[in-house]
Amino acid sequence: MVLSSTPVVRLSGVSKTYGSTKALTEVDFSCFSGEVHAILGENGAGKSTLIKLIAGVVQPTEGKITVNGKELVLKNPSIATSHGLVCMFQELSLVPDLSVRENIMLGAPGTGFGWLNSKVVPQAESILEQIDGAHIRMSMRVADLTLAERQQVEIAKALTRNPKLLILDESTSALNSSVVEKVFKLIRKQRELGVGVLFISHRFHEIEALADRISIFRNGQYVETFDNGAFDYGYIISRMVGQRIDDIFPPKKVFNTEAEEVLKLDSYSWKGGFNNVSITLRQGQITGFGGLDGQGQNEVLLGLFGLLKNTAGEIQIAGHSVKITHPKQAKAPDLGIALVPEDRKTEGLVLEQSIARNLELSALGTKGVNALDPTIYQTFLEALELKCNSLDQPVSQLSGGNQQKVALAKWLALNPRCLLLADPTRGIDVKTKTQIYALLRRLADSGIAVLLLSTDFEELIHLCDDAHIFYDGEIVSHLKGSELTAENIIAASLNIQTGGEVHG
Amino acid sequence: MGDIWRSNQREVIAVIVLAILLTLYFSTHPSGPTTYVMTIWANQCLILGLAAIAQFFAVIVRGIDLSVGAVMALTNCIASYLIIGTGLEVAGGILVVLAVGITCGLINGMLVVFGRIQPIVATLATGSLFLGIALLLRPTPGGSIDYDISDVMTLDIFGIPTTLIFALGIITFFWLPLRKTGLGTGLYAVGSSEQAAYQSGISVEKVRLASFALGGFFAALAGLFFSFVTTTGDAGIGPNFTLNSIAAVVLGGVLLRGGIGTLTGALAGAFILKTISSLMFFSGLPPLAQPLLEGLILAGAIAIGGADVLRVKNRLEVFGK
Repeated sequence: MVLSSTPVVRLSGVSKTYGSTKALTEVDFSCFSGEVHAILGENGAGKSTLIKLIAGVVQPTEGKITVNGKELVLKNPSIATSHGLVCMFQELSLVPDLSVRENIMLGAPGTGFGWLNSKVVPQAESILEQIDGAHIRMSMRVADLTLAERQQVEIAKALTRNPKLLILDESTSALNSSVVEKVFKLIRKQRELGVGVLFISHRFHEIEALADRISIFRNGQYVETFDNGAFDYGYIISRMVGQRIDDIFPPKKVFNTEAEEVLKLDSYSWKGGFNNVSITLRQGQITGFGGLDGQGQNEVLLGLFGLLKNTAGEIQIAGHSVKITHPKQAKAPDLGIALVPEDRKTEGLVLEQSIARNLELSALGTKGVNALDPTIYQTFLEALELKCNSLDQPVSQLSGGNQQKVALAKWLALNPRCLLLADPTRGIDVKTKTQIYALLRRLADSGIAVLLLSTDFEELIHLCDDAHIFYDGEIVSHLKGSELTAENIIAASLNIQTGGEVHG
Repeated sequence: MGDIWRSNQREVIAVIVLAILLTLYFSTHPSGPTTYVMTIWANQCLILGLAAIAQFFAVIVRGIDLSVGAVMALTNCIASYLIIGTGLEVAGGILVVLAVGITCGLINGMLVVFGRIQPIVATLATGSLFLGIALLLRPTPGGSIDYDISDVMTLDIFGIPTTLIFALGIITFFWLPLRKTGLGTGLYAVGSSEQAAYQSGISVEKVRLASFALGGFFAALAGLFFSFVTTTGDAGIGPNFTLNSIAAVVLGGVLLRGGIGTLTGALAGAFILKTISSLMFFSGLPPLAQPLLEGLILAGAIAIGGADVLRVKNRLEVFGK
């Protein structure tokens, strides 16, 4: 393949920081016209940030972006679109309360506040027809469409924008393989027309089928670029994984497989979220939930904490079959479930309130616990080494790591028998991580069963006794002991079946 | 056809309710549906209707405007000084009044967009401010409005109330075309999902500003029509209109969370609210029981609008997640 001499888009020395976290560090990267360029990397590798920079959603902290040889400041998405940089976002850019027609016309080139450009509608209709979307009527409200249908509309919308560079960020994740094949046909046609395509997907076979070149990112840094087919999966995965740190995790113990059962799920299902989840959790066990973001693992935790309606299947707590319909019931001593939620800022804590008030929140209204007694929190705050001026300080003034300590301590004070954690170390510094890991191991040793959802496979490998890997709402792999390797976890997350006990 | 019904059902329901109430009203009214009765009814409805449209433009972009009544009071007081005299003076006065309304709306919009103040707080503050100016202009009710223009605007044309024609004009020549523009669609996009709007290349800030400016314009129109009907200036008219404008948009199927509802719906909601109070006035109910009954009807209407909550599958979604 012959590449044109000037890239459609070139990033030189680009860094992006959010507060104190570095999302991208000094990235040099180019995409040429007429090529499909795949970007690979683990969660948090910086792929999404890269795309947001090119699409004008965020601006670089350092470095410059050159489009067709001209250095540009992409202040907002409409400027990026006007230069032909068109993105299909992972979090879709469709307005739920507007019709498909209005969404297609919204922000079309040259619209502004004036008359909408209805010429793009037949164009979009014909694109939809080519990708099995003929049944999607222009008058339908986007909120009434399925995720797959929305992705089809999103694709049609992007293609009507006359892209010079088309960015696909997981934009086919909900489509079935025959539709994906048709989308690829369209993308290849765009490539023939000289359009550059940036392609992010977690499905290896899609990348293999479509990409001309592949670039790998790791921890916010650009690693390397090579032609598709130059290396095998094993090499690519090892480049994505990089080096590992071992001493931040506490030593594992030999896990007693005869210990008393704490939680048992049998064919636990929730329509549209997860299906046929069966797991057993024993005293002293740390079980991991792995997989890519949004494969249903978080919903299982929400269901166990009584937040979902109409779940099916059976939940057993300490051998008794139960139905959990409310968090108040879940946290009561007879069930003893605690959930440290995914988003500590909105779900885990009341940011404006003091540390003391936040600590009291989960204990309030629980039988047999005196929420106002500060000593019940003390041991956990000490174990976690919470740094604060006083307990009357608002939680919002604490660092992310210290906030998470408060969110953890408020639940541990209830002495739960089963602790559910949704990615408790996301965006947290290494020292705090080490403290949290050590505490979790100690809690497990004291007989608590821990269910740890994590998007960081290191945690699954070094902290968990076993791990269930989710894909598309189902457990695709149950990895135990020595099967817990980075290669197995990534392969299972991408639903490439290599090792472990494979389900279904 | 199904899709059109689905996306407009709230407005259709509001219009049907209005038709039933109207039939009831004219059949119970002692003098029947004469032009005179119709005109009085339409005038009262349109004033609240314009206030409701002003409120609609704040609510549709996920805001709320507590200064609608105050802008009406301010413009009414200004009108009572300026809309009098020669034809040219009257025309100039009307333009000044409308410009004041747009300015008030822009001030609200700038506080919300650039000051990053929540709409409810920003408009609470500016509402007091506008009312303060109105009180300085007219400490006690007084002044007068040109009778000729008042008559033209508040009587009838061939037996049809002028205000009713005006309302239809707003829908046909302003609202329906607006829906076909980038601004009109942008209003919904911003109210429905700010992030999606931004990523689609919409200037969220400009849309918000424009929306509040339009709100100010319609609040001024409401104040203007109030002036034509009462032909005097009164700074004390505000509070009732603010609260009723919110009630009207809710009745008309506009969701307070933004992104859903139409100007037609807001107008219909206002007409419903006014017709209910007129109905009760002639129904022989004891006057003291009327607020109670009005409240019940309003609560019922809002409860129907909130019924969606029962269908939520993930309990966290109830908290607006």
